[in-house]
Amino acid sequence: MPVLLLVPILAGLLGAIWVAFDLAQGGNLVALRDLASWTGLPAALRLSLVTGLVATALSLCLTLLITATLLCSPAFAAVRRLLPPLLAMPHAAAALGMAFLLAPSGWIARILSPWATGWSQPPDLQILNDPWGMALTIGLTTKELPFLLLMTLAALPQCDAHKRMQLAATLGYGRVAGFWLTVTPVLYSQLRMPVYAVLAYAMTNVDMAMILGPTLPPTLAVQTARWMTDPDLSHRSLSAAAALAQLAATLVGFAGWIAAEHLATALRRCTIFRGLRLRKLDAPFRAVAMLGGLTVFALLVASLCGLTLWSVAGPWPFPGALPRSLTLTAWVRAAPGLASSTQTTALIASLSTGLALIFTFAALQAEFRIKARPLSAVWLYLPLILPQICFLPGIEHLLLAFDATGGIASVTATHLVFVLPYVWLGLAAPFRSWDARIATIAATLGASPTRIFWRLRLPMLLTPLLTAAAIGVAVSVGQYLPTLLIGGGRVTTLTTEALALASGGNRRLTAAYALLQSMVPALAFALAIAMPRFIVLRRKAGGQM
Amino acid sequence: MKKGLHIIDLKVKLHGHTIVALSTTVEPGEVLTIMGPSGSGKSTLLAALTGTLDPAFALTGRIILDDADISKRPPQARQIGLLFQDDLLFPHMTVGENLAFALPATVRPRALRLTRIEQALFGMDLDGFGRRNPATLSGGQRSRVALARCLISDPKALLLDEPFSRLDADLRDQIRNLTFNHAKARDLPVLLVTHDPADAVAAGGRILSPLGQNVRI
Repeated sequence: MPVLLLVPILAGLLGAIWVAFDLAQGGNLVALRDLASWTGLPAALRLSLVTGLVATALSLCLTLLITATLLCSPAFAAVRRLLPPLLAMPHAAAALGMAFLLAPSGWIARILSPWATGWSQPPDLQILNDPWGMALTIGLTTKELPFLLLMTLAALPQCDAHKRMQLAATLGYGRVAGFWLTVTPVLYSQLRMPVYAVLAYAMTNVDMAMILGPTLPPTLAVQTARWMTDPDLSHRSLSAAAALAQLAATLVGFAGWIAAEHLATALRRCTIFRGLRLRKLDAPFRAVAMLGGLTVFALLVASLCGLTLWSVAGPWPFPGALPRSLTLTAWVRAAPGLASSTQTTALIASLSTGLALIFTFAALQAEFRIKARPLSAVWLYLPLILPQICFLPGIEHLLLAFDATGGIASVTATHLVFVLPYVWLGLAAPFRSWDARIATIAATLGASPTRIFWRLRLPMLLTPLLTAAAIGVAVSVGQYLPTLLIGGGRVTTLTTEALALASGGNRRLTAAYALLQSMVPALAFALAIAMPRFIVLRRKAGGQM
Repeated sequence: MKKGLHIIDLKVKLHGHTIVALSTTVEPGEVLTIMGPSGSGKSTLLAALTGTLDPAFALTGRIILDDADISKRPPQARQIGLLFQDDLLFPHMTVGENLAFALPATVRPRALRLTRIEQALFGMDLDGFGRRNPATLSGGQRSRVALARCLISDPKALLLDEPFSRLDADLRDQIRNLTFNHAKARDLPVLLVTHDPADAVAAGGRILSPLGQNVRI
């Protein structure tokens, strides 16, 4: 199993090295020299690192503050219910929604104009794509916060958080300090891999950076993707060299993050030794948590509303807060394209998720039946922690060599590399914690292992199974770079189409694609929530036996 | 008022049902045992005293500790030490750090803090254990560290939430005596919550139910 995931990644990395150093011709440093002579390189590297590190730190700190503030309160249950719909929104759709919101001609400017700003036409301000990458940082933070919050909620039961907080409180510690000193060390050890995945994504993503990030120069990842998709084939080796530079930059970023982890530990130990109760921190941090949490929530909801409104907007001249009329023209005109992209998206998502489910269950069942060695989570996180942009070009070159790009099968197989880890992570814990005594009892009643699996284990694990499947669908739908590169431009999903349209400036059409892109995973999540309830209802209705 | 823990007309209700009804004084050095089966309101009483009661419960009455009304204070400001069934040593801190965590920040400088921690460990027959990882300790040693951590925070009263029920029989006597002796030496009012009659007998004091009735063993 781990080998299965490693093969494409290692092959991809080797492919990048092969092309970057032109090993087919005996090896040279031309591509690296070309890359070094690109004047935008220092700025692009700095942007990638700074936006990635800051966005990850911001979303992690906000997650921890919100948890510390709300833990043991009824509001926490509400947060728990709000998370899945927020998570269902793909990165690209969230970025497009935020772009429509924040742009100089965006919804926020329209609502505030002209009465508050005095603008009668869109101002010439670089609010979006600002050279410092602030819009990108805000976008990344907003999108990653719900994910980290969900991971925190999943990890908290193993942290004995309530008792620790209570103990810290009776010893006079404030809420935030108590949480920081007694709960976070245990919590973070469980959260580390998801945080690393966020960090890797934030430093190297293409989809959000293309929409929200700076343009001259863009982040290194965006520039690499441009070179990769450039029709000029001489840019191929340059893009491979850039992919390797990206890998090096990511390692530097991780080194910086790990150094910060050590610093935080030292600070914590120092605070513990001095016994500082830090009760005065509670009020300001509570305000920060509330403000940050509500801002993120409002941004995501407003993005979704904005996308919906744009997709049905008639004439909507600037500073009007609402369009003059509503029309379905964009939807009707785009219907054929939308339908075929939706079909492709759904097909690839269901294929890759189905395969991921089969692999996961096969491996878990093998672990259970023949006591195969349990799979360590580190292997699974590898495809999530290694930046996509570092190994995808290599895979693309390899597939090109076999003339295997551009097919649904290759794209599905590439999606599987990213879908499988999430499906596994969603299913492994419930599968392993399933009460094996039920299998023992069933076996003494004469049930075969196959029957036990299909009639007992699978139905009892229906809820986590459906949730894992919905996550798998969401991950697959969100994939931009793998679809673009491995699909060779011939496989069009809602995601590739939305991003292709985004640069064209047709907001109505872009919004329709982005909205539909959000609907597919949302539907999957809705089914995952509704189906178990429906089955329980039916069971109750037929409960006479 | 004089020293001690005064529980005055304390009532906790949930959906109209009275779960806790207590009005009594725990004198300095006295051990009051609250006994009852699980689900009888013992942990609700503890939560009410530490100030960590779920908002779903309705609380009336007053709690006076050493002349100060602490009923409205947050848990952080009550100065009530709590010992749980599990020792709840923080696994990411050394034994010494567990104690430093509890030692008030007003104890300074560094040298004095170290001395206080060493003294506390010495008092529990744990001298030299400061750098140890809690995971390497035996059950009895862990209990003693938990007790030392609680006492070093300088509480004005002690709440014991079935702290002995996880220990082996012979160890239980030993830790129980150690806890009561330390509490008595410091003149602390102690409230012991348990369902084990042996704990109640060993405490040697009054035994009440969470509803304030006398319990006979």
